[in-house]
Amino acid sequence: MIELINLEKDYTNEELVTPVLRNINLKIAKGEFLAIMGPSGSGKSTLMHILGFLDILSSGKYIFQDKDVSSLDDDTLAIYRNQKVGFVFQSFNLLPKTSVWENVRLPLLYSGGLVDEKKVDQAIASVELTHRSKYLSNQLSGGEKQRVAIARALVNNPDIIFADEPTGNLDSRSGTQIMAILQKLNAEGHTVILVTHETNTAKHAKRIVRIKDGEIVSDEKNDEQIIAAKTELVK
Amino acid sequence: MHFDWHPVITTWQMIRRNKMRSFLTSLGIIIGISSVIIIISLGAGAQSLLVNEIKSVGSDLIGVLPGASESNGPPASVFGINITTLKYADGQAIKSRVPEIVDFSGYVRGAATVSIEGRKKEASFVGVNANYLNIESTEVVSGRFFTNEEDNSASRVVVLGSEVAEALFNFSDPLDTHVKINKETFDVIGVMKSRGSGGFQNQDNEIYIPLNTGQKIMLGINYISLMRLKVASGADVDSTVEEVKKVLRDQHGITDPEKDDFSVRSQVQTLDTLKTLTDALSYFLAMVAGISLIVGGIGIMNIMLVSITESTREIGLRKAVGARRRDISIQYLIQTVVLSMVGGLLGIFFGVLISWLVSVVANYLGYAWDFVITWQSVVLAVGFTFVVGLLSGWYPAKKAAELNPIDALRYE
Repeated sequence: MIELINLEKDYTNEELVTPVLRNINLKIAKGEFLAIMGPSGSGKSTLMHILGFLDILSSGKYIFQDKDVSSLDDDTLAIYRNQKVGFVFQSFNLLPKTSVWENVRLPLLYSGGLVDEKKVDQAIASVELTHRSKYLSNQLSGGEKQRVAIARALVNNPDIIFADEPTGNLDSRSGTQIMAILQKLNAEGHTVILVTHETNTAKHAKRIVRIKDGEIVSDEKNDEQIIAAKTELVK
Repeated sequence: MHFDWHPVITTWQMIRRNKMRSFLTSLGIIIGISSVIIIISLGAGAQSLLVNEIKSVGSDLIGVLPGASESNGPPASVFGINITTLKYADGQAIKSRVPEIVDFSGYVRGAATVSIEGRKKEASFVGVNANYLNIESTEVVSGRFFTNEEDNSASRVVVLGSEVAEALFNFSDPLDTHVKINKETFDVIGVMKSRGSGGFQNQDNEIYIPLNTGQKIMLGINYISLMRLKVASGADVDSTVEEVKKVLRDQHGITDPEKDDFSVRSQVQTLDTLKTLTDALSYFLAMVAGISLIVGGIGIMNIMLVSITESTREIGLRKAVGARRRDISIQYLIQTVVLSMVGGLLGIFFGVLISWLVSVVANYLGYAWDFVITWQSVVLAVGFTFVVGLLSGWYPAKKAAELNPIDALRYE
């Protein structure tokens, strides 16, 4: 589904060029649960932004579903962000003073056509927040806010869900709940790409890619999770 | 085919989240539009007041003022400049040589303090001829007007305006009493019918004395400041005006019409002049008020720019979930147009309300003030607010649309 070939990314500030990603080669198949790990400033978030069509690469190739992303115009990238991917951010990024229901509906406003209200209800139900539908975003706990963000990411039934440090602002109990939801979504067929610097969070993924100083230093399967997932399937 | 409601929904959400700010954003437009509506309405109301006043005097009159004037402008004497060239004899010459003129009266005017037994009333005295009632189509409610003999002999007799009579005598009969006008003692021989306030003068606060008395005793002059000529019914007013001018040129030894030292106007011409003046004045004032609309527009732009800075992360989020550049720019453009137009509609509402209240109060005070709201001013206001909304929203909308989603999401 995703293939990165010799991807490089530089940030240019006036005359100063700062390399952020170097020689990234990566393939991600449909249905994977991948964690991109690395210390702060390693380039993992930049990689996620490029994968999620929020940022553009400086050189190399990004093939998404057999299409070269570099050839896509702004409007098509916006449609991809709307239809193909969903984002969960560390700081939730919910609309302030706006209800849970309206927050989850947001991507549908940009989908063209009439808003299918059932989709909103289903997305909220899938994170078990139906009872909070009419609450304003500022009336929710951190864990609930992140569940709303997940529902918003899900509402258009995207192929990939990107989660950037989704447990970073949560207590451990809420963090565990969020990771359980992401695992459930992966089990339902969504590809989940997680960006984190926490081993505890990354351990929920089936594959872990480690980045350091803008380069991939390791790419390995997380056997523990694979065994757990298989056990779950047998049950 | 369906209508895309999402910019409307988003606009509604943003306005709802910032109610106070939205109101304050629109306030400049509310004040600007209501000012324009009020000024245009008051201008039209004031015009109606003057027109009603002139019409009430009668449309078969020709006025002669001393001093030349441009074809559409007023003569210098209107602005209080004393010109001594117009004489009562000019009126006599006109009456004898222009058959269409059936009657005339000369006018002089001055300030008067009228007093009796310690009671005082500030008023204007008007020196006129005995045929004044006929010229101005009015009447006395009690007593009589003075006679030609009393005028010729400069008698000290006075007819009081209704307001002066009421102020000095309350409701008792003022006839056959003596009042002091400035330092002279006059016999009160009549009281005028109330004519209401109008124009620049309150005729009920005037007192009427013989022209000769006014000239010789009160003012010490031999000229008049105005002459009104009554045209025979059915006569052509325009050609009569020309005849009057010819006589006056003969009287004053003028051969070149460019050098006329008088102005002759029929009531129709006076009405046109007044309308030109009041229109010019009210459009000028409306333009001044219109400047506040531009200030209001800049206010909206300023607050939208602040709002965009505050909503940078939100714009980043909207882009992350699929908003295109045009979705963002349309959203901000709609927001400014809605704020501006809601301000405009509220401005129209308050403008109409205040104009109506002014007309009610003016009528209550006895002025013949019409409540006038022209549809042009309302259409102009709505159109202007729409344009102000578009112009003031364009730059902020462009700025918001061009935000990079990553930079926007990282904005602190």
